[in-house]
Amino acid sequence: MDAWLIGGVKSLIVIAMVLQLSALLLWVERKGSALIQNRYGANRANFFGVVPFNLGFLNTLIADPIKLFTKEDFVPAGADRFIHSLAPFLALFPALITFAAIPFGDYVVIGGTTIELRAVDLDVGILYVVAMVAMSVYGVVLAGWASNNRWALLGSIRGAAQMISYEVALGLALVSMVLTYNTLDMQAMVYAQGELIFGVLPAWGFLYQPAALLIVFTAGMAESKRVPFDLPEAESELVAGYFTEYSGGKQAAFMLADFAEVVMTAGLVVTLFFGGWQVPYLTAEGWTLPFMDLIPVTGWIVTVLQLASFTIKVLFFCWLQILVRWTLPRFRYDQLMNLGWKGMIPLALINLFITALMILLVGESA
Amino acid sequence: MIGALCAPAVCSMSDYIPVALTFLFAAIIVAVMVSLNRVLGPRPDRNAIKDETFECGNEHTGSAWRRFAIKFYMVAILFIVFDVEVVFMYPWAVVFRELGWFGFVEMTMFMAVLGIGLLFAWRKGALEWK
Repeated sequence: MDAWLIGGVKSLIVIAMVLQLSALLLWVERKGSALIQNRYGANRANFFGVVPFNLGFLNTLIADPIKLFTKEDFVPAGADRFIHSLAPFLALFPALITFAAIPFGDYVVIGGTTIELRAVDLDVGILYVVAMVAMSVYGVVLAGWASNNRWALLGSIRGAAQMISYEVALGLALVSMVLTYNTLDMQAMVYAQGELIFGVLPAWGFLYQPAALLIVFTAGMAESKRVPFDLPEAESELVAGYFTEYSGGKQAAFMLADFAEVVMTAGLVVTLFFGGWQVPYLTAEGWTLPFMDLIPVTGWIVTVLQLASFTIKVLFFCWLQILVRWTLPRFRYDQLMNLGWKGMIPLALINLFITALMILLVGESA
Repeated sequence: MIGALCAPAVCSMSDYIPVALTFLFAAIIVAVMVSLNRVLGPRPDRNAIKDETFECGNEHTGSAWRRFAIKFYMVAILFIVFDVEVVFMYPWAVVFRELGWFGFVEMTMFMAVLGIGLLFAWRKGALEWK
């Protein structure tokens, strides 16, 4: 009974977190693009003109959903009606559940029960993430195919080829992370990053695996199909790509799936390379800065600091992706494929080889 | 602590209860999102012009379900080959420290085959987009 209750509450919290953060990112994206490209963005929302400043974030959290969900449910003639409705489901569903395996804190003890701060306490967390990321390609393919529209079909074929190409590099880079930490458990990976190198530097993953960081972050951005990897939707070429024929809630599902994947990429990068919820030098006893006395910090404050640390890191990497999205132009398709197959896959293979060699030569420390 | 929660011998399906619940909740939320327009939106007002797929104003001819470039098919085939090989690497990576040099040599041979496969596809032009 306990397992059901705790599991249910945790999974609801994580799903709500991802959904809310995705909706919020939609506003950050509009505001960020306005900031970067020196124009106005999201500045109309207000309560009957009585609030002195504009409520842009309420726009994406309340006004946009109301507008979207009261639209007509449109299915074009000649489309496969069932698959046309199934595709947005298959696009958003894996994006929402992927984050469940990512630990967002250590553990809390409530009433004698130890509760780990992640939705699913799997010791094969990495495999779960890879499996769920791989599922997201179905939504794209089926959306374009079921619409019976040439633009949409082109977008979905491009999307499928792009996503599976970058998935290979992502998988190879994750293998080298598994080698480094010697575990598939993401919580154990975060614990390993709480150690110190030579008693000074936090042993965060990017210090051991800079190449893998590059590959995972790039592949993650390619999986979320945003500029510079937005060839599947490419507004200036393909109308809106694979979701051209969608409106209302179904279109919102595709948009949210994109942003949920942004959140997921940020979470994965933070967990594997930037210490997850670890605060540098903060242990269960307190802050143990090198060459200094221990500053005692205990109990709930540690947990809160760790949650804050994870949140700030994830928000930073979400922002970084938005920054990239509004800075770089779109790739050409052959550049995209060359980067994937001729750049990232050989790099991931070499990185894997060097990682294995270093572990044997240097021993446990590598 | 993780070991205490779930030692290999006593690991049971109950570890997967949260996974099932996550799937269930996510499925309900997404299903509601996708079908809410049926309830809240106006009744579909269908006519032949409106029901056409969007082709930038051009008149719509024929079906979109037709042949497309074989290059995408090549990518899919290559993906299957490489992804299956990546799957083999996960169990190897977990027990790598126990296997030591033996595991390293074995996997180097495996990766060499993979690398030669990639080089072959590269030389044959399977990775070219023109």
